[in-house]
Amino acid sequence: MTNTQTQRPTPNAKLIIRNLNFYYGKFRALHGINLEIPDKGVTAFIGPSGCGKSTLLRTMNRMFELYPDQRAEGEILLDQENLLTSKQDVALIRARIGMVFQMPTPFPMSIFDNIAFGVKLFENLSRIEMEERVEWALKKAALWEEVKDKLTQSGASLSGGQQQRLCIARVIAIKPELLLLDEPCSALDPISTARIEELIAELKKDYTVVIVTHNMQQAARVSDYTAYMYLGNLVEFGATEQIFFKPAKRETEDYITGRFG
Amino acid sequence: MRQNAWTDRAFALMVHGAALLTLAALLGIVLSLFMGAWPAIQEYGFSFFVRNAWDPPREDFGGLVMIYGTLMTSLIALVIAVPVSFGIALFLTELSPRWLKRPLGSMVELLAAVPSIVYGMWGLMVFGPVLAKYVQQPLQSLCAHVPILHTLTQGPPVGIGILSAGIILSIMIIPFIASVMRDVFEVTPPLLKESAYGLGSTTWEVIWKVVLPYTKTGVLGGVMLGLGRALGETMAVTFVIGNMSQLSSISLFEPANSITSALANEFAEAAPGLHQSALIYLGLILFLITFAVLTFSRLLLMRLKGREGKRV
Amino acid sequence: MNIDQQKLARFMWRKRINQGSLLLSVGAMIFGVFWLAWILWETIHLGFSGFSVSLFTETTPAPNEPLGTGGLINAMWGSLLMVGMATFIGAPVGILSGIYLAEYKPDGKLAVTIRFINDLLLSAPSIIIGLFIYTLLVVRFRQFSGWAGAAALTLIVIPVVIRTTENMLQLVPARLREAAYALGTPKWKVILRITLTASRAGVLTGILLAVARIAGETAPLIFTALNNQFWKAGLSGPTANLPVTILQYAMSPYQNWQHLAWAGVLMITLAVLGLNILARVLSRTKR
Repeated sequence: MTNTQTQRPTPNAKLIIRNLNFYYGKFRALHGINLEIPDKGVTAFIGPSGCGKSTLLRTMNRMFELYPDQRAEGEILLDQENLLTSKQDVALIRARIGMVFQMPTPFPMSIFDNIAFGVKLFENLSRIEMEERVEWALKKAALWEEVKDKLTQSGASLSGGQQQRLCIARVIAIKPELLLLDEPCSALDPISTARIEELIAELKKDYTVVIVTHNMQQAARVSDYTAYMYLGNLVEFGATEQIFFKPAKRETEDYITGRFG
Repeated sequence: MRQNAWTDRAFALMVHGAALLTLAALLGIVLSLFMGAWPAIQEYGFSFFVRNAWDPPREDFGGLVMIYGTLMTSLIALVIAVPVSFGIALFLTELSPRWLKRPLGSMVELLAAVPSIVYGMWGLMVFGPVLAKYVQQPLQSLCAHVPILHTLTQGPPVGIGILSAGIILSIMIIPFIASVMRDVFEVTPPLLKESAYGLGSTTWEVIWKVVLPYTKTGVLGGVMLGLGRALGETMAVTFVIGNMSQLSSISLFEPANSITSALANEFAEAAPGLHQSALIYLGLILFLITFAVLTFSRLLLMRLKGREGKRV
Repeated sequence: MNIDQQKLARFMWRKRINQGSLLLSVGAMIFGVFWLAWILWETIHLGFSGFSVSLFTETTPAPNEPLGTGGLINAMWGSLLMVGMATFIGAPVGILSGIYLAEYKPDGKLAVTIRFINDLLLSAPSIIIGLFIYTLLVVRFRQFSGWAGAAALTLIVIPVVIRTTENMLQLVPARLREAAYALGTPKWKVILRITLTASRAGVLTGILLAVARIAGETAPLIFTALNNQFWKAGLSGPTANLPVTILQYAMSPYQNWQHLAWAGVLMITLAVLGLNILARVLSRTKR
């Protein structure tokens, strides 16, 4: 922890990123990122499109490994364990880190099975236990009241906002340690967006949440900490209030106040 | 200007006429098959389907052997080709190194274009003898005392019969089914797959539990395409099925016959009359079978589409 | 590690299944490639051993003549004539019907019916087409003929061309048509000069694929064109053609005939693969 460049707003870090570089083939998309994501709370990544915020998120559960020409170097420590070099199977790592995407992605199966899908991968539950777990996850995702009478219907039959909450419930059901949200509201209308934001405020009591958003107001509303990224660099990281009201760097201020450009 | 309006009308008429020609072609086919088959239909009616007799000199005909041969060879072909094609599509979309993807994919597509007479000739001259020596003979001695398998493996092990025809058909339809499956697997949204990977699924689980259900209509379409090919294929079957119109046992090693190979072998020489009519009746049945397969797959696709967003 | 033992054990089992099925998938790929490579290799190997100069200069020989004498020139010529004639008639009719489906009332009852019927014709066994032409032409004129063979092939060309033409025309952006209509262009001119021209590479690809398809078709010729062992310039009367000659020679016990059958099969395969590759190149450069 001698690295002085590391920006740490709080000593209680859940995820520590050190000297992280990322490449799409020959193109370098992240330049030596150093960052400590605090435990229990919401951390937002903001920045113009192409700044690397989604890329950074996708290194945290090694999703990029699905694509052969993408690679990351450096360290990502989750509870002191480097995820990038971990001997543990990548499927087990991903199960500890939940991820929700830009678009709702209900699996082609019933609402119940959508939630049970991930649980069945790791646990052998009885029918009753599984029903309890599904109900618990749907309640956590504030979806239970709307779907409790139609659990056997296809997940695709729900509205966009409901589908996205279904995806959050699906992730919560396997009890991850970290929740990654990649622009979760970008395909939703304002009312659904507000519901998701309420949900995030609820979830941060139990989970460490990292959210990527292109919407600055959203970052200001839901996050406790904010990181501003630009062209693959982490420009500034700090408490959300500080970033939005007293940014330390000129570039951050320009972006926040809309003089970016 | 007026000349343009006239040309417009003439062109529209021409286009319309061409379109109606397609309609006329189908009506013509159905009508001519019915008319050609009429004497045999009058003679045998629906009992034609279950009559086990084919004796041109005595003018005694029944379609059981050919219908059975057509259905059985197609069934064998599907049983082999569907899992293999699924494996190939899985390999091409998820496992293949990038540099191999294009060449292997193009190869599969090109092989779907190879004329079926090539498969038939290869089957008769190259594959049949190999099958007889290295598969049929060992299998026969192996199954000699096992009750049901013994019946299935009776007969002369010469590499000709239902089994060889089914295997060659399967090799022929693998490229069709595999390339359709690969195409539909490839258009699965990456986010859907990533969601499943994100929960900690293995590659197999992503494919089997998410991608396959998501693409079921396309996959089914591919399988039906393959089935249609297998049912209507002439050359790949005619060379190797043995052209034997009496069914003495249900052994897969016995030479048999299919609708298409009966037509190919006998029709040109058949005397006008009941023999020719019975052959056309067989053709009509084959046409109705492929019609049923197409309609059935259409209905299934429509139902699957209708169900999306409703009960699963 | 905070993953309990039960979870881990379950995961190891899942991983085993994953590895097993992926291994099977690799096996399937090898299985497929193996058969197809074997078939192609035998075709090339046996086909080339049947090649000689006389193949392209002499007509089909009598059985049991010495190897290297006799050729397939009459069969090649007959095939070329029939395929050419079928394309010459089938392609325009297919293109016109495709235009109807794409440009005139694409959602009308007639268009929907024709589309379904076209799918049916596409999937109809080709031997059934032969049967139809037999009752239509061979019975009527009391004679097998190259014309009947060409007619059967035409009926196979049409649905293929209809399908690709319609698909290609649908890809032409609507604003291109609108821009042309806005200038006061009559419909037939818009279609011929704008939409059809814009999609000509795709339409041509469809025609090439249709030619490739009929070049190897055997079943519809067996009782329409029949066969002929002599040289003949036209299409009247029984006409020699490659596929039926191959069928007859391959089934025969004579060695010289079998050699010629392999040479013929190789020629057809090369032609069909060549046409397909050409079609792929054409559609790729267009994109």
